[in-house]
Amino acid sequence: MLSFAVSRALQSLGVLLIASVFTFSLIFMLPADPARLVAGPSASVQTVNSIRRELGLDRPFAAQYALYLTNLLRGDLGRSYKQQTAVRSLIASRIWPTFQLMLGAVALELLLGLPLGIWAALRRGRWPDRLVMGFAFLGAAAPQFWLGLSLVYLLAYGLNLFPLGGYGGLSHLFLPALTLGLGGAGWYARVIRSSLLEVLSRDYVRTARAKGLSPRRVVVRHALRNAAPPIISMIGLDIGVFMGGVVVVESVFGWPGLGRLVWDAIRVVDIPVIVGVVIFSAVVITLANLLADLVQLVLDPRIRYA
Amino acid sequence: MNRLTGQTLLGLTLLLGTAHAAPQQGGSITVSYKDDVTTLDPAIGYDYQNWPMEKMVFDALLDYIPGGTTLSPRLAAKMPDVSRDGQTYTFTLRKGVKFHNGRTMTADDVKYSLERVLDPKTKSPGQSFYTDIAGAQAFVDGKAKSVSGIAVLAPDKVKITLNAPNAAFLNIMAMNFAFIVPKEAVAKAGADFGHQPVGTGPFRLKSWVSGQQLQFERNPNYFMAGLPYLDGVTVKVGLDPSVAYLSLQRGEVDLLGDGIPPAQFLQVTRDPKLKANVFSRTSVNTTFLSLNTGVGPLKDVRVRQAINMAIDKTKILRIINGRGVVARGVLPPLMPGYDKAEAGYAYDPAKARALLAAAGLKGGFETTLYTTSTDPNPRIAQSIQQDLAQIGVKVQLKSLAQSSVIDAASTPKTAAMVWSGGLAWTQDYPDPSDFYWPILSCRSAVQGGWNWPFVCDKALDARAEKADRMVAPAQQAARLKEYASLFAALNKQAVWVPVFHEVRYTMKSDRLVGDVDNLLDPTHFINYERLSVKK
Repeated sequence: MLSFAVSRALQSLGVLLIASVFTFSLIFMLPADPARLVAGPSASVQTVNSIRRELGLDRPFAAQYALYLTNLLRGDLGRSYKQQTAVRSLIASRIWPTFQLMLGAVALELLLGLPLGIWAALRRGRWPDRLVMGFAFLGAAAPQFWLGLSLVYLLAYGLNLFPLGGYGGLSHLFLPALTLGLGGAGWYARVIRSSLLEVLSRDYVRTARAKGLSPRRVVVRHALRNAAPPIISMIGLDIGVFMGGVVVVESVFGWPGLGRLVWDAIRVVDIPVIVGVVIFSAVVITLANLLADLVQLVLDPRIRYA
Repeated sequence: MNRLTGQTLLGLTLLLGTAHAAPQQGGSITVSYKDDVTTLDPAIGYDYQNWPMEKMVFDALLDYIPGGTTLSPRLAAKMPDVSRDGQTYTFTLRKGVKFHNGRTMTADDVKYSLERVLDPKTKSPGQSFYTDIAGAQAFVDGKAKSVSGIAVLAPDKVKITLNAPNAAFLNIMAMNFAFIVPKEAVAKAGADFGHQPVGTGPFRLKSWVSGQQLQFERNPNYFMAGLPYLDGVTVKVGLDPSVAYLSLQRGEVDLLGDGIPPAQFLQVTRDPKLKANVFSRTSVNTTFLSLNTGVGPLKDVRVRQAINMAIDKTKILRIINGRGVVARGVLPPLMPGYDKAEAGYAYDPAKARALLAAAGLKGGFETTLYTTSTDPNPRIAQSIQQDLAQIGVKVQLKSLAQSSVIDAASTPKTAAMVWSGGLAWTQDYPDPSDFYWPILSCRSAVQGGWNWPFVCDKALDARAEKADRMVAPAQQAARLKEYASLFAALNKQAVWVPVFHEVRYTMKSDRLVGDVDNLLDPTHFINYERLSVKK
């Protein structure tokens, strides 16, 4: 198991390196001159040039990347062009809100998705099944922007059940987490339904039933335990999906997380912030997947031999 | 103003004054914005959103009478003494003005603040506004340790000498970049000064939670008697305009910083109850279609004139819900020098076709139009595309990210036509020179410049330079006339299709008290120190 963990960790490092080169080159190829944007429309060409020198943008790609990587290893992500504050502290101030949002979304995905999926599996082909599958389809298809604004309008403005947006306690968290998690909840319902249906047709379930165990006991103790592993890896993958989703959801709800930070940075081509958030997200996604793999390994011994 | 009308006005004001009681002191308001505030450092911040907030914390030597373009002294005790040649300005500072840290402001702070903007290390987007001060360029190039043209004569006197007379210099001294900052506070905060600003302004920054809100509180030692009216201002960021609008309905927000969201615009303006809280004013900007004078058939003035005649501007106004007025020339109506008589080009597709035929392009031609990809700009570009198709010009649309459009537009011989929506030119200061030098002169017709038609007429440059040397008050009318004729000449060359001047709309809550001059000020957008609340 240790060697598995080490080899996966090395793989993750490789992925991070590739992600950093990829992001850096993408931004390097961007047809926009950050120095010009920092300098503003009224600036003379000399001003733009002096800003370009100040920011080190006049150096070749390899030199800029090497410098970035060296600083990165020291934990220095550079300074924001627009705010002129350290990217590291900007990211640090936004991690907790985004983490809360993701945690809330995962919780809602599980709380909504699992019971619905189980319900659908146990009523296969009947109306609850069709209803849940319909919900799964709609949840996945609805654009988050539209979904978020609709929830705000109906539940926060119309019924006055939640705040209209902003950051705060659980009441502030609910709607953004729901917007982020609703699509995933439908997906979880589908997965747990098919996984459960597959497990329910297995011999050991039949045996358990034959032993005279109650249907509830059969599902909870025997079937669900074996249907669970895909859910663990899905949570790992979800972190990646969420990293994209938070950009929209945080913007709609005014949630002060990493998504808003990177959105604002993209708007003004604040390269150090964009690269910083992308690299940080790559680290989080890689770690989440690594963790999911390790947890699965513990839960399901069969994987060890695969 | 003659004495009689003056007295009548005074009487009327008093009469109105009894109807509308004087603003009450106290209370606080909440303002919403979608985007985060980047910085409150006046040397660095350069957009609509942070300018009014910087104005809460800082002051310049000069300012404008609210709602207008008339200069008035602010940190200066009076308007400066100007030498006869118009090159030297001596400012006397107001006595006893204190920074938020308690120290008295002196002439040294004025010198420091201007040199800070010029210092390349500051990376100030305002640097080039001040390079006309004598010795500034040497300082920028690192050849001098200080700017020779800024001399501290006494603790309350500073003399600024220019390389050449410049009639717009006092406007430049009223810009945010010229706000006075204390050296020790900048040294203490370092690069974070933008988050820990210290100025002389009506409010102090109390707290700033990144991504959430900024809180400002009244400066109890403010030098303007009786101001500000409010005890505090909270700026909430991250509120989507639609959500902000709902928050205003619910009484959680008092002023929509981003204006009325397009989706709610018609509903708001048609509802008599809501309409009472809506303010609008034509802003000092021009949205235009730029025609590159160095690309293909657009090199021919007749082709550019034909394009001017082929575009139906009223159709474009309909796309933006009528939030604009048709533009006929370069300058917007509130800008000094605006020529009411300028007729521009009337919509006349038949004449446009005839002009194209005269230019030997009877069958039309193919060209490219760049636009930013945010709504409504692609829709407007499509409208232009349809209009031009009527005269046989086939337009390929390139809808790109804002930064990519800027890059293409400012590279010679690249973008044939650029729709400036989202990037329209708005005044930095109310003087026509700000609509000439940065966007239509030879010095801006360079790679990376903002002169997108790449027009360079040396004779016009010489005339503009001559006009800028007319600094005496008696010469002002002649100067503005000269600029008007200069823009008329550019209009003849048809380097732009001036399309509309944006009308800005804002909406406030019932409790917020403020008029259009303070809510839609042409220079500062929001004059926070003059807003108050009903008790």
